[in-house]
Amino acid sequence: MATQLEPDVHADEEAFRTEVQQFLATHFTDELKGSANALAGVDGPTDETPAQTKWREAVGERGWGTPTWPKEYGGGGLTKAQAKIVDQEFAKAGAYNPIGGMGVMMFGPTLLEYGNEKQKQEHIPPICRGEIRWCQGYSEPNAGSDLANLQTFAEDKGDHYIVNGQKTWTSGGQWADKCFAIVRTDKSDKHRGISFMLLDMEAPGVEVRPITMISGTSPFCETFFTDVKVPKENLVGEEGQGWTIGKRLLQHERTNISGGGRLASMMGQSLGDIAKKYGDTDAQGELADKVLRDRIADFEIRWNSFLLTARRAVEESKAQGGVSEISSVLKKLGTKLSQERSELLIEIRGLQGLGWEGDEFTKGELDAVRGWLFGKATTIYGGSTEIQNNIIAKRVLGMLDHQ
Amino acid sequence: MAVLNEEQEMLRDMARDWATNESPVAEFRKVRAAGEPQAYNTGAYATMAEMGWAGVIIPEAQGGSDFGFMSAGLVVEELGKTLTASPLVATTIAASAIILGGSDEQKAKWLSKLASGETVATLAVDEGAHHDPSAIEASVSGGKLSGKKAFVHEAHGADLFVVAAKDGLYLVEKGDGVSLTTRKLTDQRSHADVSFDGAAAEKLEGGGDTLLDDVLDRARVLAAAEMLGMAQQVFDTTLDYLKQRVQFNQVLATFQSLQHRMADLFADLAQMRSAVEAGLQAVDGGFGVARAATVAKAEANRVLHVISNQGIQLHGGIGMTDEYDIGFYVKRARVLEASWGSTSYLKDRFAKLGSY
Repeated sequence: MATQLEPDVHADEEAFRTEVQQFLATHFTDELKGSANALAGVDGPTDETPAQTKWREAVGERGWGTPTWPKEYGGGGLTKAQAKIVDQEFAKAGAYNPIGGMGVMMFGPTLLEYGNEKQKQEHIPPICRGEIRWCQGYSEPNAGSDLANLQTFAEDKGDHYIVNGQKTWTSGGQWADKCFAIVRTDKSDKHRGISFMLLDMEAPGVEVRPITMISGTSPFCETFFTDVKVPKENLVGEEGQGWTIGKRLLQHERTNISGGGRLASMMGQSLGDIAKKYGDTDAQGELADKVLRDRIADFEIRWNSFLLTARRAVEESKAQGGVSEISSVLKKLGTKLSQERSELLIEIRGLQGLGWEGDEFTKGELDAVRGWLFGKATTIYGGSTEIQNNIIAKRVLGMLDHQ
Repeated sequence: MAVLNEEQEMLRDMARDWATNESPVAEFRKVRAAGEPQAYNTGAYATMAEMGWAGVIIPEAQGGSDFGFMSAGLVVEELGKTLTASPLVATTIAASAIILGGSDEQKAKWLSKLASGETVATLAVDEGAHHDPSAIEASVSGGKLSGKKAFVHEAHGADLFVVAAKDGLYLVEKGDGVSLTTRKLTDQRSHADVSFDGAAAEKLEGGGDTLLDDVLDRARVLAAAEMLGMAQQVFDTTLDYLKQRVQFNQVLATFQSLQHRMADLFADLAQMRSAVEAGLQAVDGGFGVARAATVAKAEANRVLHVISNQGIQLHGGIGMTDEYDIGFYVKRARVLEASWGSTSYLKDRFAKLGSY
């Protein structure tokens, strides 16, 4: 590709780089350094400082939080090369992207592909400006891995639907403004009876109950819909097309969970170093507990080659211009190894690593306990490990469907 | 698969075509049946050398192509797939010792002969059944080397030995003071205990204090590349088998328990490939070699061990027969696992490198 670029294109890119640098110099003030995107996750509303709000508005104004999305809907309208420049310059300046969340990662790309003009005009710009939070109405009590078994029903009432049913594991549901959901519009066909629609979380009949998890936190909710009125204009795509659209969105989700960049930042401190602080060492300065030392090395070797695999996937997908076929492998391995690391970390610290609360424990110790418990979800959500195994076996290895 | 440049792709494709067409496992069966002590087809090795494979890491000035270890690894991986018996790996490792530690005279004398295939060489380090470069008793006095080296790969065909003595690495030519005792191992390749009794030895003076470690790291990544080829082949063969074998009126590949086991192996294989390729690249880049080589060989050991066992299990009874190829891989796998560092040796080394 590089050889095909005309010299003036390079000049344009350099001019754009200067523009980004100037933007950062003006808007990313010193007080913002070290802070992160308060709205990106599903952990709940964190109070933005006035400086953070200004930063979000400045980036949202340009559409640079969603750099490659079309300008007409509030995106940056940038080329991939320009988006990379934004990325690089933000990283150099230590600046975070203040636009994020499920709207950016999952819903936006899906709506851009399947939504009609009016829907895009209405919903994409607030996402680009980081003004609105979306949650995902997918799972139900009897529709987890067997997602197409969902029962929440939308009854056709002419110009609107009446929705009744229950969703679960609605991440960040208690803080969300809107919900993208898959619901049943036809009870006679499991897959083709599903439609993709947008619900207002403030609408009458929507009730959200946070679920306390084993980690003590409540980022997930149960969401109940009782006679909720949804205008027909909130149907995305055709009625009955929801399974196709919904699966597309899941691809965005999986890519996000196993994204190479995020994995690299998970590397963390060497378990060996931590173990030396909590355990005895021998005359050679090696961990006295040789069994533990062996297990740490065993883990770290595999962790190391997992990170190399994530890097290789990124390099390969760049070279091939598509998604690497091993994204399911990364999801499966990365989540399992992260869990293994949490378990080892607790073991290394002994009972000091099992604190629930109290000043006798460091923040790092307490976070590790909550993280260990919450991390059990990673092999379940976003397509469980078993589902990833099915995907690898069938789609990658070409093994046949179970009869 | 790492992103390759054009010459690497050509090299790999050439090796793949040759191995598939000219050196399938049937050729290894012929080598085994012939029972020659050197345990490879000398004509086939001459052909490999003609194609430039013996000189991949050797500088152009000495008749090589200077393509580096990643490229050498690509060739070795393809040869590993078909279990091609040759002293290519042993000679490449020995050549790396001369490149790293040899004087100009030593390089001029040996490298072009190694690249052309005229000379076969090998590395002799361990003195017991376990890889342990810290326990070397062989010593040199007045230019004469004495000591015993155990289980030396490709010893029978070797004209030149790179020998680890207490104070460094030495070049010893086959001849007076060098005697071999064959040690037939399960892989049916050339292995021997080699006695050096006052054999003329010439020191590799360069390369610094880490010369032996540096050479061993190169041995580790090349062994890992061969193991990668073997693991890939066992995986592919097993997958093909599951797709055609019918039991209970169903193709085995439709059973979820087998699908999930293959998905696990596929993920392991992906990790092994990343580790091995990164090890080879680290040698070429000259950065973080010890750690990368340790990870590469440790992952190769772990994954090939599992895949070679599963290869037999998933084939069922046919996998137990000598007539079927799959069993050859498990036999070669264990020999390579034990060479240049068992899994426990490598974990200890990894922990030491991480200062814990």
